[in-house]
Amino acid sequence: MTELVLRGLWETLFMTVASTAAAYVIGLPLGVLLVVTSKDSLLPNRYVNAVLGIIVNIVRSVPFLILLIAVSPLTRLVVGTSIGSEATVVPLVIAAAPFIARMVESSLKEIDAGVIEAAYSAGASNFRIIWSVMLPEARPSLTVGAAIALTTILGYSAMAGIVGGGGLGDIAIRYGYYRYQRDIMLVTVAILVIVVQVFQEVGMWLSKHYDRRIR
Amino acid sequence: MAIISIRNLTKVFPGDTAVPVLNGVDLDIEQGEIIGIIGKSGAGKSTLARTINMLEYPTSGSVFFEGTDMSALRGRQLREKRHHIGVVSQHFNLFMQRTVMANVCFPMEIAGIEKSKRKTIAAHLLELVGIPEKAAVYPAKLSGGQKQRVAIARALSPRGSFASHGSDGKCKAPAILLHPKVIICDEATSALDPETTQGILELLKDINKRLGITLIVITHEMSVISRLCDRVAELADGKIVKLTDDVEYYI
Repeated sequence: MTELVLRGLWETLFMTVASTAAAYVIGLPLGVLLVVTSKDSLLPNRYVNAVLGIIVNIVRSVPFLILLIAVSPLTRLVVGTSIGSEATVVPLVIAAAPFIARMVESSLKEIDAGVIEAAYSAGASNFRIIWSVMLPEARPSLTVGAAIALTTILGYSAMAGIVGGGGLGDIAIRYGYYRYQRDIMLVTVAILVIVVQVFQEVGMWLSKHYDRRIR
Repeated sequence: MAIISIRNLTKVFPGDTAVPVLNGVDLDIEQGEIIGIIGKSGAGKSTLARTINMLEYPTSGSVFFEGTDMSALRGRQLREKRHHIGVVSQHFNLFMQRTVMANVCFPMEIAGIEKSKRKTIAAHLLELVGIPEKAAVYPAKLSGGQKQRVAIARALSPRGSFASHGSDGKCKAPAILLHPKVIICDEATSALDPETTQGILELLKDINKRLGITLIVITHEMSVISRLCDRVAELADGKIVKLTDDVEYYI
């Protein structure tokens, strides 16, 4: 049982971390775009902003289980199979990217407009402002967002167990639910709880520790 | 020739009930002077300050900076002009996740001055504003007066340097630093207590004397005018209603 659970834990961590990282590659620029194209921001553009917002909302409103099955042809195309932890990464990234975009958007919107204006006054370009002012100034909030994103994606990854997605969720469903092996179910759930706790606490600690606004 | 010439400047914010915030402002600001712009809240002082470096584009009229119409510039050309106009604001607007040193270095990063030079210059500027010991500290740990000193050091920080090349293009003479030519102080002392205000006013005066930088001082405090300025323009309802060098009138 130990070996089984350890393998499940490894798969879960792999899925979660890999999908979160890949989802940030899409979600971070998307979140930045949502902010800078909004009214009174760096590059206001009502149409781009509205279209991006609608796309994000549509993907976010599809229940994850439905999305998981709906994108399985794509998953097979990319990974070669639609079961196992590698395959689960694909729908996880698709589901997480718009969620992360919204997290990034809300973090960046917290920045004081006066600070951005100060950067403009110094002759900074839009790219400079995004890269050297907005992202660093929002770092504490972005870090908290990343912790929330990680734990949310962890939850999604467990859900993928129902279609053979690998990881602890898969084990909990197969052994605990279908085969009534309650001890395995309890252990896997307990481990998931601990992993969420660790992600969240580490994220909060990092955010606070590196927040220079704290005296 | 005036360093900044404001001509028939008008600003109407979209959606407003057709009441212009600025309604035909004409003003010449001379090189090296300290000019005060005073008025009640809502008179258009801050809008005027923001239109000078085009943080806010005017509805009509022009701002000539050294003869160039700022309102006609966009993109890179505008950014290059902005290099020459520093801004100090009531709210300090410091980068909270950067050290004091890194705050002062920011305009130099934009201007592409190399890192080792940036640090030397920033240390020098922090000395000039009287807080050399705060270089490694984050702004959250500073008092209001100290924050404003950092903001002044940042506004002063050079926006480029002339590296005078020899004829073979290799031999370099020592670079000449380009400080901004103008600093706009938008209610720079309004958030500070009287004693701290006095210190900041003295610093601003000193900077004007020593570096010959033109200061545009936006304020609603009469005493700032008499203590700091050479000339004053009084703004009411978006117009300049009085322009005088009798600053003693404002006590």
